[in-house]
Amino acid sequence: MSNTRKWFASGDPWIWMIGGALTVSLLMVIGLIGLIAVRGFGHFWPAELIETKVRTASGEIEIVLGEITDTETLTPLQLQDTDLAGQADGDALTSRAQFKVGNRDVFSSDFRWILEPRRIETRVPDDAIMLERREYGNFYGYLVNIKRDGEVIARGDNAFDELKAMLEKNRAQVDELEHIDRYEIGAINYRLEQARLDERGLEFNRDKISAREYQQRMAEIEAERETARAQYKDLREQRDALMRELNRASVTMRTADGREKEMKLSNLIRATRNNAMSVFEKTGYYLVKFKEFVLGYPREANTEGGIMPAIFGTITMVLLMSIVVTPFGVIAAIYLREYARQGTFLRIVRISVYNLAGVPSIVFGVFGLGFFVYTMGGSIDALFYPERAPQPVFGTPGLLWASLTLALLTLPVVIVATEEGLTRIPRAVREGSLALGATKAETLRRIVLPMAAPAMMTGLILAVARAAGEVAPLMLVGVVKLAPALPIDGEFPFLHLERKIMHLGFHIYDVGFQSPNVEAARPLVYATSLMLLFIIISLNLTAISIRNRLRERFRADSD
Amino acid sequence: MGQNSTGSAGKAILPSRAVLEKRQRRRNLKDSAVKWLIRAGGGAVVISLGLIFVYLFSEVAPVLRGTSIDNPQRFEAPAGGDASSERLMLERYSDIGARLTADGRIVFWKLDDQSVLKTQRIEGNPEAEITSFGSGEPRTRTHVYGFSDGSAVVLEDAYKLTFPNDQRVLIPQLKYPFGTDPLQVDPQGRALRQVTVQPGSSGASGAVIAALTVDDRLVMARVRTRQSFLGGAAEAEVSARDLGAVDPGVTAPIVSTDLSNIIAHDDAGRLHYFNIDDRKPLGLADSAQAVADGADITQLRFLNGSKSWIVGGSDGSLTQWMLVRQDDNRFTLTPMRSFDAHDAAVTAIAADYGRRGFATGDADGVLQLHYSTSHRTTLREQVTEQPIVAIAQSPVDEQLLIEHAGGEILLYELWNEHPDLSFSALWSKVLYEGREEPAYVWQASSGSNTFEPKMSMVPLTIGTLKAALFAMIFAAPLAIAGAIYTAYFMTPRMRQTVKPTIELMEALPTVILGFLAGLWLAPFVEANLPMIFMVLIGLPTGFLLAAMAWQKAPQALRERVPAGWEAAMLVPVVVLVVWVSAALSPWAELWFFNGDMRQWLTSVGITYDQRNALVVGIAMGFAVIPTIFSIAEDAVFTVPKHLTQGSLALGASSWQTVTRVVLLTASPGIFSAVMIGFGRAVGETMIVLMATGNSPVVNFNIFEGMRTLSANIAVELPETAVGSTHYRVLFFAALVLLLFTFVVNTVSEIVRQRLRERYSNL
Repeated sequence: MSNTRKWFASGDPWIWMIGGALTVSLLMVIGLIGLIAVRGFGHFWPAELIETKVRTASGEIEIVLGEITDTETLTPLQLQDTDLAGQADGDALTSRAQFKVGNRDVFSSDFRWILEPRRIETRVPDDAIMLERREYGNFYGYLVNIKRDGEVIARGDNAFDELKAMLEKNRAQVDELEHIDRYEIGAINYRLEQARLDERGLEFNRDKISAREYQQRMAEIEAERETARAQYKDLREQRDALMRELNRASVTMRTADGREKEMKLSNLIRATRNNAMSVFEKTGYYLVKFKEFVLGYPREANTEGGIMPAIFGTITMVLLMSIVVTPFGVIAAIYLREYARQGTFLRIVRISVYNLAGVPSIVFGVFGLGFFVYTMGGSIDALFYPERAPQPVFGTPGLLWASLTLALLTLPVVIVATEEGLTRIPRAVREGSLALGATKAETLRRIVLPMAAPAMMTGLILAVARAAGEVAPLMLVGVVKLAPALPIDGEFPFLHLERKIMHLGFHIYDVGFQSPNVEAARPLVYATSLMLLFIIISLNLTAISIRNRLRERFRADSD
Repeated sequence: MGQNSTGSAGKAILPSRAVLEKRQRRRNLKDSAVKWLIRAGGGAVVISLGLIFVYLFSEVAPVLRGTSIDNPQRFEAPAGGDASSERLMLERYSDIGARLTADGRIVFWKLDDQSVLKTQRIEGNPEAEITSFGSGEPRTRTHVYGFSDGSAVVLEDAYKLTFPNDQRVLIPQLKYPFGTDPLQVDPQGRALRQVTVQPGSSGASGAVIAALTVDDRLVMARVRTRQSFLGGAAEAEVSARDLGAVDPGVTAPIVSTDLSNIIAHDDAGRLHYFNIDDRKPLGLADSAQAVADGADITQLRFLNGSKSWIVGGSDGSLTQWMLVRQDDNRFTLTPMRSFDAHDAAVTAIAADYGRRGFATGDADGVLQLHYSTSHRTTLREQVTEQPIVAIAQSPVDEQLLIEHAGGEILLYELWNEHPDLSFSALWSKVLYEGREEPAYVWQASSGSNTFEPKMSMVPLTIGTLKAALFAMIFAAPLAIAGAIYTAYFMTPRMRQTVKPTIELMEALPTVILGFLAGLWLAPFVEANLPMIFMVLIGLPTGFLLAAMAWQKAPQALRERVPAGWEAAMLVPVVVLVVWVSAALSPWAELWFFNGDMRQWLTSVGITYDQRNALVVGIAMGFAVIPTIFSIAEDAVFTVPKHLTQGSLALGASSWQTVTRVVLLTASPGIFSAVMIGFGRAVGETMIVLMATGNSPVVNFNIFEGMRTLSANIAVELPETAVGSTHYRVLFFAALVLLLFTFVVNTVSEIVRQRLRERYSNL
């Protein structure tokens, strides 16, 4: 007894205890990153398709085909809520599995829970096919036949190879179709909208120009509109022809429970026999899917497809922000460290600036919405875009305001890092320069700034990392779930500051919490999180390594 | 310096003195230009950061501005005649006023020059005379004239908006929603001594006309329009009903917009409530004394939404009443609150169009403006010496028309933007319409324009503190303990990798934490509730057992592993404890909680939400651990070495050194670490937005959600009207967050700076 007490008094157990606290914290970080990595990377791997016979509550046998996405254990009480109620015996635990059965257009729901006791036979059929579709999510089933213009052209064993070949051929046409839809028709719409705005602007300034000029300009606008319409008509015909060609072929599939479903080939993206694929093939499939995820456009209310616009929007916004925040942050840091008179007042100012880094980001969002969007944006609209009224141009959340808000948010980060760099420059170096007759400005430009450059870089990288992960203020000042167009495109003035953008962080929030089919969208959210996490961790690691190298160098210099 | 060199050196090499001087001047010029540029730039940045404060405050400031009326214009009532107005109206743009007189004339006039635009007389059946007048809610612009033959004509004052030559021109019109033919309200055809009308809203279609006849019966008619079979004009369908005799003193009926209640008063200061909803017994349902003995009720008017009404007395008293549902499903008349009384009898009450405000006038010519929810009297002003007979407010509350008994009309410009805010409305329990008890409620908007906004900051503040508190309970012990261990016990080499790893956590986007908390952790916790508590107990026990086992381990093994590797050796322990807890969780549910801990919690009376404070605590704790850890670790690590070495040299064990020397010295640093962590938890948005149900509840139940100030801003700000009270309240919330975190951070920064000074002096 006294032994134990002595042991406790020695403090050893407490050391273990606080060591344990650290272990828990570290394991949580690793666990979190691991969880996201496993789920995020796992999303693209072709899952095993499992067919299982299920005896339903009414005693019928039903066949279910799909991927297992989750399992859980139920106690007898929890079993009461299922159709096995009352059959539970004693204290036994029951498990159940969540199947992704897909076929939303046939079954109405993609997922179903199946209780383990209900499964009577399970197999992994080689000929089960997973069809990735443009609409209604995946289809799981077996191939019946392929038709062209209503005639069956393939059935049986070789039909799958035929299907793959046809899909490969389709892809080029589908790409062309998408290109027409997204870019060419978009460009024409943009021209028509410009023509409409020009016309309104002209009406607005009617009394400032002569009647003759008015007529002439009106005619020009009308001509522009005519050509745009003609081009649209051509495109439309081209598109219709493509569509007709694409829609000639169709494929008939059978679900596991025997229902047949005919689908247009144009709705299909990819067909795979997951269970028959070799590891090599699976890897190839994985890479293709990953590429599609990074470079593709979202489909089905963002729950499928790629996240390219979100990555693009995030990068554009962060770049714009950097352009604003770097000069101002550096100048402010130089001012605080080199030019301002050191004293109590400056100490207060410095503490205030540092503390702004700890102010909740949503506050910056509120400021951005009120000041940038409503006050500044409203004034810009009133001054420069009277013809667009009542539609706001800058008086509504958009790229510019999002960048400026984030610039303000990250300003303290850049200032703090730059100041730290400036403080680390040995006094001797600076004084040496001044003693040799250089002016303060020259010392600054030739000596101080080059030496502080890595610190500025660190500050900028940290600012970028913070900005890339920030969502709350962006929800107020310019990020949307689905932007109709990218902020940079081929139309003058190429960079469209007033457009709304998509953002990786907001994408996670939106798809995870606002989408109609959260269950189906979840893997995509994990993948997006992984992407964001990867960007931010690598930015931070870069910043840390620059800072460490910098410290080493100055330690050497000052010794 | 430059001058000296010119003298001694050869001219062939160095430029001439003049050139050098010029160059020097240019250098100096450049130097001062840079100086000014940087000063300007730096100053601008500092000022623009300060601008955040100023701007947020300027958006909140109008709330503090009091109500005022200005620029009075006074003129004879247009087309006055000898009849005073029963009712005054203002249209939306305040270009046109209208007065409806007791003798059945409706006069529209322009406000700027008082020219009469249109006068129209209401016609009844031949030989019937106008005997009474009444109006519905001002918002509906519906009025009714009652006639001596028991019939009534319903009309609306309408304004057609036209833009000839881009100029706004309003054309006043009279509309007859149920046709120009009089509608028979009293089946017995007796004269209507009092009449009122109310178009239904929120599901109730048509309108109700209620009237008191000269022989003291309450009669009512439900009217609705029906498109006649062959198209053409709409036809009015009237179903009149006699509700039976009432007390001869009963007068001034008003009908609620759900068309199920009539409120009236009598000459003895009592309120009467008549039910006209067919699903319940018709007729008188309740009566109550509403003014002091000896006084009369002089005015009775619904507030917007007609869920409550204002009673004005001859003694100048103003009280608000409502109907409250009792346990037996009956409604009873219930007083809500009383307002600053007039000195003379209340002679006019006018309700605001879209909110719970109202204006009152008395027999001495004093005007008062009030607001019900905030329980405020925002203005009291003597506007005339004569009794006020009618008041009208513009639909956007920017103009005020007042008519007094001398036949004169006063027009005021009104500034009354935020009467709905008061200290008590934001921070005290408020009795809202239809509720029995005062409560803290945040429910700032709804789709309906008769909704009473409930803007109590208490649920949001409590929610913010609750979320931050649970986060701190989770994070502070872990972070501080981890920091002490890392700074004091860990081998330096391990410290070099551990510290950046935990600091990297700080950079994790909170949207990812929020997403995991909401979509992964919340369902996981719900399904494995016992596991969480088992881990909570199991981990410390596991650590102790591990320590004991290590104590008993063979000496050879113990010497192999140097001190400072405890944390690494505990990794398998943690993994084991978590795994065992997960495996045992369903069994624990079986043994202790009848098979389902969640249901068990519900059965013992604890509400369980899937997204609750426990989940938020863990997720947000995760977000603040690195903040606390990093600062606390710095504080512990920078404790001067000679202190600890001295303590050890005097024979203290290392644990004694930690608790008696290191912690005492570093405690201000640890305190500021906790403060900064708390500041971060208070302002965090995405995690609480995603991991709570965002329901503004007022409790500290760990199994229920909450709504925080920051999440509330994120949810509601994009959808509020710029400049509205709601908008300003959200800005106020942002300002509170800003000031709070700013003060917390400044205090802890100052604490840290002083600590640093103390260290350097030691």
